Amino acid sequence: MIELKEIIAGLFIFSGCFFIIVASIGIVRFPDFYTRVHPAGKADTMGQILILTGLIVYEGLSLISIKLFFIICFILIVNPTATHALVKSAYLSGLKPWTRKKEND
Amino acid sequence: MFDTALLLLILSSFLVIYRALKGPRVFDRVLAINFIGTKAVIILALIGFSYERPHFLDIALLYALINFVATIAFLKYRATGKLG
Amino acid sequence: MRFLLISLILFSFWFLLSGETNPILISSGIISSLFITYLSGDLLISEGKVRKNVHLYIKFLRYIPYLIYEIIIANIDVVYRVLHPKMPIDPVIVKFNSELETDFCIVTYANSITLTPGTVTIDVGKKRDFIVHSLTSKYAESLLTRDMEKKIKEIENV
Repeated sequence: MIELKEIIAGLFIFSGCFFIIVASIGIVRFPDFYTRVHPAGKADTMGQILILTGLIVYEGLSLISIKLFFIICFILIVNPTATHALVKSAYLSGLKPWTRKKEND
Repeated sequence: MFDTALLLLILSSFLVIYRALKGPRVFDRVLAINFIGTKAVIILALIGFSYERPHFLDIALLYALINFVATIAFLKYRATGKLG
Repeated sequence: MRFLLISLILFSFWFLLSGETNPILISSGIISSLFITYLSGDLLISEGKVRKNVHLYIKFLRYIPYLIYEIIIANIDVVYRVLHPKMPIDPVIVKFNSELETDFCIVTYANSITLTPGTVTIDVGKKRDFIVHSLTSKYAESLLTRDMEKKIKEIENV
């Protein structure tokens, strides 16, 4: 007998896995560094938060879910910051962005 | 449930290893390594639930901290040439 | 006073992470939180800035639901663009000036741009000039209408 709690947690966890797999496909597929940052910065953060929320739902209210909540807060602050640091240092080192027009010439 | 999610996450990490090996610029490699590091946090948390040993969460929290510091330290080293 | 407040925050954080009630471990937790406050307390809360910014943090809570809505839209958009066989992207770089004043609001705006659809902040200069990378020119235009900046401007106005 599967409880309702486990079904909701499973939904959260597997939708998070879907976002993360899409993010990794995007990193492999997109043409240059600046466009690769988009899936890595957005879909990745969303997937991690969904998975950890699913674990909180599975666990209920306890010391473990407080720890998971700390990890979520940390990821929300850190992931955009790391993305921003990466893009900024690439921009300062003079990396030119890819555009659609160059490909057609 | 947790084991299937673990397998999916490991699969996505292997997809990104392709980018880390092939990436034309060094930033592509750092992006891929940062991605794999954040996946490692989630994998550690899921392992803790799968084997019912919640102490793995402490390792996950610590790994999240270290992964961020490693990325920033690498970028700073590349921008300025020193870590001080 | 500030010293005691910071060490109390650190000690409660330690207690939430460890969950120990053994007196020896609790005393060691108290000693280590006092020691860390002595070493690096200035980094956590710098003097005289907290009371000035309290109203900003309270108003920021009203901004969060809008941000969550934008994040969900952004993710569906990224998934669509990654999985579409032709990859409908046409990247452009936009530069514009912002009218925000406080540091807190500028950081919030930059991070919100990164989390909302199709745009990533590259750099914020000292004169509040933003450089933004956008996946299509449509998103760049929607950024220049400054809807989000108005929302953050509401946080700033007392």
